[in-house]
Amino acid sequence: MFHWLERNPFFFAVGVFLVVAYAGVVTILPDFMESARPVTGTKPYTVLELAGRQIYIKDSCNACHSQLVRPFKSETDRYGKYSLSGEYAYDRPFLWGSRRAGPDLMRVGNYRTTDWHEYHMLDPKSVVPGSIMPAYKHMFQNVADIDTAYAEAYTVKTVFSVPYDQPDMPTLGTYDEAKKQVMAEASAIVADMKSPEIKEAFQRGEIKEIVALIAYLNRLK
Amino acid sequence: MQANNALNYDYSVAKCFTYATILFGIIGMLIGVVIAYQLAFPELNYLAGEYGTYSRLRPLHTSGVIFGFLLSGIFATWYYVGQRVLKVSMAESPFLMILGRVHFWLYMILMIIAVVTLFLGIGTSKEYAELEWPLDIAVVVVWVIWGLSIFGLIGIRREKTLYISMWYYIATFLGVAMLYLFNNMEVPTYFVSGYGKWYHSVSMYAGTNDAMVQWWYGHNAVAFVFTVPIIAMIYYFLPKESGQPVFSYKLSLLSFWGLMFVYLWAGGHHLLYSTVPDWVQTMGSIFSIILILPSWGSAINMLLTMKGQWGQLKSNPLVKFMVLASTFYMLSTLEGPIQAIKSVNALAHFTDWIPGHVHDGTLGWVGFMTMAALFHMAPRMYKRELYSKKLMESQFWIQTTGIVMYFSSMWIAGITQGMMWRATDQYGNLAYSFIDTVTVLIPYYALRATGGLLYLIGFFMFTYNMYKTMTASKAIASEPQNASPMAA
Repeated sequence: MFHWLERNPFFFAVGVFLVVAYAGVVTILPDFMESARPVTGTKPYTVLELAGRQIYIKDSCNACHSQLVRPFKSETDRYGKYSLSGEYAYDRPFLWGSRRAGPDLMRVGNYRTTDWHEYHMLDPKSVVPGSIMPAYKHMFQNVADIDTAYAEAYTVKTVFSVPYDQPDMPTLGTYDEAKKQVMAEASAIVADMKSPEIKEAFQRGEIKEIVALIAYLNRLK
Repeated sequence: MQANNALNYDYSVAKCFTYATILFGIIGMLIGVVIAYQLAFPELNYLAGEYGTYSRLRPLHTSGVIFGFLLSGIFATWYYVGQRVLKVSMAESPFLMILGRVHFWLYMILMIIAVVTLFLGIGTSKEYAELEWPLDIAVVVVWVIWGLSIFGLIGIRREKTLYISMWYYIATFLGVAMLYLFNNMEVPTYFVSGYGKWYHSVSMYAGTNDAMVQWWYGHNAVAFVFTVPIIAMIYYFLPKESGQPVFSYKLSLLSFWGLMFVYLWAGGHHLLYSTVPDWVQTMGSIFSIILILPSWGSAINMLLTMKGQWGQLKSNPLVKFMVLASTFYMLSTLEGPIQAIKSVNALAHFTDWIPGHVHDGTLGWVGFMTMAALFHMAPRMYKRELYSKKLMESQFWIQTTGIVMYFSSMWIAGITQGMMWRATDQYGNLAYSFIDTVTVLIPYYALRATGGLLYLIGFFMFTYNMYKTMTASKAIASEPQNASPMAA
């Protein structure tokens, strides 16, 4: 019946494209606006947290850790309240992950502390005997990229109207203002850390990757 | 069929991509074996400092095998099969020849930069779409060149009716183009703010929407890279190698259009019990089950093509590779829908059963079919017989053993993990802490890695066999019609 189609590459290609494209339009578009709406109380990431989030991505933490608590008792018992769509409204990209070689981190800020993370990232087995997670010593050497984090915050504010600088929301301001804010936040984290090198570096005005990462992890609640 | 031999097909681009397939196959699978062993023996994480941890290497493994090994394989077979089913030589058009070469070299440059950036940790975190925007643009350019090459060759074809493989190559081109473009929509932050790294970008979609777009992409990258072009290959190479006509043309039509329509819906099964709308999840589940029909349609069509000719399994290892590939395709397209059932997914999601499932598809179906295709092409491209049948036989059994070890250990590991996560004691409290569910898996991780190692060893045997075929094998006078000539 459709033999002509197999002799006509143009219409064949158009046909394939329409059949293929259909499902995406039907499944993704209808709830797009609804899914983008934040839950009350959800706030955008501060610049330091964003810098930490970029490190989380740089080292592909999401290759082993999910950020999605499913609505089962076994999961809410282990990780806390199940996830709501609006909690992710400021997550670009989303970091749900696809596998749990390690535990979920959606609400890790509720039950782990700065010094725990410090020990854990330096030597996972010291706090979790039997852990197969690698140590991330380089995060104690590398300096966090605050500029790119600021760039990201500025971009989402400008392009996607993410509500920085609104009442009850994190401030962003100019680059210099943001930088000051980052130093203040980082100093609170550094104060809770044990490593003298990190403290020394901070005195010099350097924020190591680990500080930003911990700021991000503490924020996950 | 005389016209077939009268034409002088040009295989220079197909040969280039054949080398690339082998090169990226070795790199991608080697990294795969390393990271598999890292799970069993965490000390292996420290072989290359910051650049050798499991988490840095994992995207290199996935992208390396998908976009290095497999894409090269798809391109290699395209530059071989395309000319033959369209009955036109690339050499008839200088433009297409240049385009083919540009395609290859741009692709190689892109791949090398991609490898370097992934080692450096530059990426967007989206699975199988990790590359940052400048590379995304380069990918689009390479892809458009491939499209020009496909439709250019179609434009000057002598055989007016498009053979089944052509449908699948066209679908691969269109499907990936659409998926890649939409999933990689991102805003470069430097150009908006004037601060930070110039290559950094932020996704156009947030949270749940980003997840939906990503798994619409992620699942269908599987469809349009791991399935559609591999079906293109098997529809050409199995009938050609065995000398049997395709069992049913109607079945191939039904399977093709069925696959095209159904596949794109199934992405939702990666997001069951997540925060995407419930109906999208249910649709994902339902369409995943329906997907068995067109998938098995193709696979059964291939198996029935061998009807009455099963003796060839004994005499020709290439047929054996392809028939087992087809069988693994049936296995993984049954396993996938089972995992997509919501109640099964509640157990299976986030466990090692999922990578187990992926690998019986990729190792068994994709890997076997690609290697068989290159084996079939070699005597025709290099005018020499295949170097060693014996080596091919041992490769087949070593790799098959590897695959079985791989998926059986991952089945057990995944289900164990899923059961332990939800296990409770008599008072209803969780019975295990998370680390218990990790340490229990270490023997299975070791077994899995060893299965992967066997597969890699088989791939080295394949490489050696191909190398010897190209350089040292006995020359053949005329092109073989069907079964590839091979020395014992």
